[in-house]
Amino acid sequence: MIRVMELDDETRRKQRKRSIAIALALGALALLFFIVTIVRLGSNVANRPF
Amino acid sequence: MPLQRSRADAAASGGGDVADFVALMKPRVMSLVLFTALTGLVAAPGAMHPVLAMAALICIAIGAGASGALNMWYDADIDALMTRTARRPLPSGRITAHEALTFGTVLSIGSVLCLGAMVNWSAAALLALTIGFYIFVYTMWLKRRTPQNIVIGGAAGAFPPMVGWAAATGAVSLDSVLLFAIIFMWTPPHFWALALVRTRDYERAGIPMLPVVAGPDETRRQILLYSILLAPLATVPAFTGLGGTVYAGVSFVLGLVFLILAADVYRVREGAPADRAAKRLFSFSIFYLFLLFAIILAEHTFGLVGGS
Repeated sequence: MIRVMELDDETRRKQRKRSIAIALALGALALLFFIVTIVRLGSNVANRPF
Repeated sequence: MPLQRSRADAAASGGGDVADFVALMKPRVMSLVLFTALTGLVAAPGAMHPVLAMAALICIAIGAGASGALNMWYDADIDALMTRTARRPLPSGRITAHEALTFGTVLSIGSVLCLGAMVNWSAAALLALTIGFYIFVYTMWLKRRTPQNIVIGGAAGAFPPMVGWAAATGAVSLDSVLLFAIIFMWTPPHFWALALVRTRDYERAGIPMLPVVAGPDETRRQILLYSILLAPLATVPAFTGLGGTVYAGVSFVLGLVFLILAADVYRVREGAPADRAAKRLFSFSIFYLFLLFAIILAEHTFGLVGGS
């Protein structure tokens, strides 16, 4: 039998803060990859052959 | 159904705060790594796009933090025994061993892959080497086995400027090896000065630091020997073009001060004055390395050196 129980407020609050921190870190990483991609393409973005 | 977790799941977490995970990355070591990596990156020839430079520094910092977390995972047992480290997140139970291991592993691999994908793979390979060296060679192999632990393990702390340099140029050069060599030679006198004051702590944790194994007298001799190698080596950048006129002057004068303080540690061996001498050398060694790198950084930033 799986016993399911409520977490106390303090534990839940910390868990929530950790989740938000992970979300922010992943968002920042995605943004960083986007910006770096644009920078590396540089002016070549305009040089498409079509 | 509201968001619920089983008791077993809750026990798998130490209930650590975000701040505990930040502490796991050894932020003070991280900032030092960031600073020396930045110096290597800026001192390297050629211009790097600021966004790429920033991306490189973020990856290097995260990689350094990840190796800090893995180090704390592996060393939790001895950290619990030393006053300086007993309040770290693992020995105090706020983060579980499993959490620290996962956190460190994910960030290690992630930082290397990101650095390779965003900047270049030579820098990524060097970052992987740094992390691997710190964890496998220093933490797992040498630290608990030999008094030469910090001599060879010091290489891990000396790599960051080379990683920064490789991020900018895609290669290793004589000047970047020189930055490595300065930190490498600086590490033993720096840590042994601390170990002289903290000998009992290391003894209790069973870490074979030099003063524990070979005694304080031999440690004082070794500190002096490494200082005699370090002081002239630290002036070499002035001759290779890596450092300018300011660097030449400052490295010479500070090198002399370093030697004088090391000689004090060698001479004064009894009681409180001996402790004071060791603490003085320890504090000065931080200032010394910081200033040398800050000057190289400043000279290259403001174009005070030929060829940059």
